[in-house]
Parts: sequence; structure tokens; C-alpha cells
Amino acid sequence: MFTLLQIELHKIYSRPRTYIAFAAITAIVLIFQFAFKYDGQSYMDLMLQNIQDNFEIDKSKAINGYFMCYIILNTLLIQVPILVALVAADTISGEANMGTLRLMLTKPVSRTQLLLVKFLASFIFTVCLLIWMAIIALFLSILIFGQEDMLVFRVKGEESFILQITKDDIMWRYFAAFGYAAIALTVIVALGMLLSVFAENSIGPIVATVCIVLFFTIVSNMNIPVIDRNVKPYLFTSYLVGWKGFFYIGLDDYGQPIKGSIENWPAIKKSIYILLGHIGFFLTMAIISFRKKDILS
Amino acid sequence: MIKITFRILLLILVCHCHTFGQVNNTLLKNVQLKMDKVSDYEAEGKLRTNVAFLKLPIAKVKLYYKNPNKFKLKSENGMSFVPKGSMSINLNNIFLNNKYTIIDAGVDKIGNIDVVVLKLLPDDDNSDLVLTTLYIDAVNFLILKSKTTTKENGTYELQMTYENYSKYGLPDKIIFSFNTKDYKLPKGITFDFDDGSAKKSNAQNTVAKKGEIEIRIEKYQINKGLSSAIFK
Repeated sequence: MFTLLQIELHKIYSRPRTYIAFAAITAIVLIFQFAFKYDGQSYMDLMLQNIQDNFEIDKSKAINGYFMCYIILNTLLIQVPILVALVAADTISGEANMGTLRLMLTKPVSRTQLLLVKFLASFIFTVCLLIWMAIIALFLSILIFGQEDMLVFRVKGEESFILQITKDDIMWRYFAAFGYAAIALTVIVALGMLLSVFAENSIGPIVATVCIVLFFTIVSNMNIPVIDRNVKPYLFTSYLVGWKGFFYIGLDDYGQPIKGSIENWPAIKKSIYILLGHIGFFLTMAIISFRKKDILS
Repeated sequence: MIKITFRILLLILVCHCHTFGQVNNTLLKNVQLKMDKVSDYEAEGKLRTNVAFLKLPIAKVKLYYKNPNKFKLKSENGMSFVPKGSMSINLNNIFLNNKYTIIDAGVDKIGNIDVVVLKLLPDDDNSDLVLTTLYIDAVNFLILKSKTTTKENGTYELQMTYENYSKYGLPDKIIFSFNTKDYKLPKGITFDFDDGSAKKSNAQNTVAKKGEIEIRIEKYQINKGLSSAIFK
């Protein structure tokens, strides 16, 4: 099994396409860092709007490494599923396209084992991608912008407000957020693999996965009450942004943040269960379909 | 006869008002004298912000003052949201320009303490200050409350509690109230995680709201000689 995993990982990392994801993430992060280094004030002016009429705020402190990572993740974690789909949706269909799938299955390895190993290899790729993101979006940003308290701009229902998290209470939240993101992206891996089982070439499942993610993400971000109530709870993309829950710090009766707390842990836990349920469902469907598949290529 | 009686009454009234005016002037002078004992101070304290749209932790702050009008409020750790107009925390600002008219507004009570209410109207028409109302403890010559209305920055209110440094006229607790507009972020800009806990609100939030900061001073260092560089 371990040898099989090594082979699968070798396959993933020997393909130039794999590095597109790393290159894309690096480019986006560097552009963000460059832009904020030279004109971060404009962004802060937009976010702080009328507050500046009443308060004096040291905006240079507000743009710090932690805040930068939050902004980058906010943008990237919508795009990263597409990059993950590039690899995950290629796992079975890629082999079928190259004509190696039938050959592989002549080996003394069950179809379930093969699919699970491919899933595991794609999961490892996803984790590596997230670790890379953590290195450049978090640690490189800290190096460039320094460490300070973090401001979280939040809209909750009809209310908008700003949360301030002290700098000694942030790092564990990022570790938790990256852990959550790993689960969220694994849903895309499982979905990509499921679609990959039905195709004979990679383009179809990659495009289909990307389209599903994009369509669901757009619907998830619509602010229409009827969709909020009846559609959003059933879309897995509504839970992809659940990592933010770790930055919604709990408040005391006076509205002061409570260090080390999370406002709504049950909601995050529920989201994790829903995402794990999706992984289980997609993976089971992929295994069932793959076991029944008539392999002709 | 009626004319003479009227003149006498008018004279008594003018004298009465003049006497009251003098009393108020003396009261204000005594308050000022007490505060003038402090040529500079450095104070450490904790600042609690109570504004609906700002969820900030309690901040450690330092307050610096140097006679006649230098004042600075600085956060010791992390970021700070300092309300504009917090300069008025420095009560000496009231006496900076002695050109004002004092109006006696009677007496009132703050807690169990009887206070004299004085309204100060600046003589200068171009001054940003429109009106300052002072609630003065006439026994200890301490300002317990002040309301300041400005042309540009709305109305501020200060409530002071004195304990350990009352002989210098320095408060141990200051509550600074001010008007603030509501804060609104455009929907969709933050891609928020909807955890289902948001409450629906029908209230129109465009009206001005009250904000408050509370500063509890733990320690004053008085008349130690502060460098002007701190205020830059």
C-alpha cells in the first residue's frame, strides 16, 4: 500500500501541471503583498470608511502579517478548489486517457485499494499546497509586514463590525483554519475523483468539477433571503469558508473579545461534519462506481 | 414712587446677579487653581471601548499632559482606536481661553454630591466650541461632569470619578461619551461564514449613535518633568 502511495505521489509530482497550482498561488500572494506594501492604505480607507470621522486609527499597524494572510486566504480559498481539481479530477481519467488503467488493474491490487491510494495521494498534494500557502501567505507576510493585532471586518446579518484579536491570540487560529481548509479542499478532491471515474479523458472531469465549484460558490454568496434559507444549507460550498469561524472571536457581555475563544464552535463543528459527510459520500460513490466500471482503456 | 421702587428692585437684581457672577467666577478660579498644581503628568490606565461596531479588547494606555495644553493618549500594546475629540479629556482645555461668559444654571446632584452647574459661552464667535456645561463639586472644587458642544465634532460628555488624586483635580476614572455614526460594510465584500447566528434587524442604522470609552487610571506620575518630544 505504501509503495503504491509512493508511486502515485511520484506520478503527481512528476507532472508539470502539478506545479501550476504552486506557481499560481505564489504569484497571487506576491502580487497581494506588493500591492499592500505600496498602497495598503487605500484598502484600509475603504474598509474603515466613516469610522475615520470619529476615530484616529494607526492604519500602518492595521496592515500587518496576520491581516495580510487573512485577506489572501479570503481570496485564495475560493480559487484553490480549482487548482485542487486540476490534480484530483485527473487521477483515474488521466490513467484511462493514457491507456494505463487496465494495465494497473492487472496488478494484485484491488480497485478499492487503488482508488483509496489515489485519493490519499491527492489529499497529500492538497495538504502540501496548504502548507505552501501557509509559508508564503502567513510567514512571508509576517516577515514583510510584521506582527500586530489583527482586525477582522465582519458582516453579520444587518450588522457590520470590526473585531480586534490580540497578536498573541492569532497563530493557533491560523493552524485551526488551515486544518479546516484541508478538510474543505478534500471535499473537492473526493468530488473530482468521483467525476474522474466516469470519464476517459481528464478535461471533462476537471471542467465539470470546476463548474460545479464555481456555480455552487456563486449561489452560496448570493444574498437573497429565499436562497439563504432554502438552498445554501444544502451546498457544500457554503461551508468552505467555515475556516473564518476561527477568527470570529467570542465576546463578553460588554462586547469585549474573550482571548482564546470562538464565537460559535458548534457551527464550525457542524460544518466539519457536513464536509466530512460529503467526503464520505463522494468517495463511497467513487468506489462503488469504479468497482462496477467496465474498464476498456 | 413706582418708578423709584422699580429702580431699587432693578438695582438689587443687578447686584444679586453680579454677586452670583462673582461667586461663579471664584468657583471656577478655585477649580483652575487646583488643576494648576499639575504642570505635567504621565498616567497609566486601562481603556475600555463601548461602541456598537467596535469589538476591541481592553487596552493598556498611557496619558501624557504638559501645561498648558499638550495632551496625548497612547495605546501601550497593540492597535488603538482613539476617538477624535479625546483631547477634551484634558480638562485644562476649558480654561485655556479665559474669554468666556459664565451663566449660572443652578444646582444639580450627581450621585449623592451636590453640584453647581455652570455654562460657559466662548466670547470668540470663530471658536469651535459652542457651549461647555460644567457640573462642579463646589466643596472640593472638582469638575464631576462636563458637556462640550462643538461646531465640527458634535457633543462630548465627560464624567469623572475622583479618589486618590483629587487634591490635584485628577480623576481616577473618566467616561468619555461621544456621538458616532453607524458602520456599514458593503455586503459580499467579506465573503463571511454564515453560522446561522445573525439576528434580523429592522432598525434603520443611519442615525447617530452614542459611543463611550472608559479610562481607569491606575497610577499618575505628577510634576516629574515631561519632555515635549513625547507629544510629537
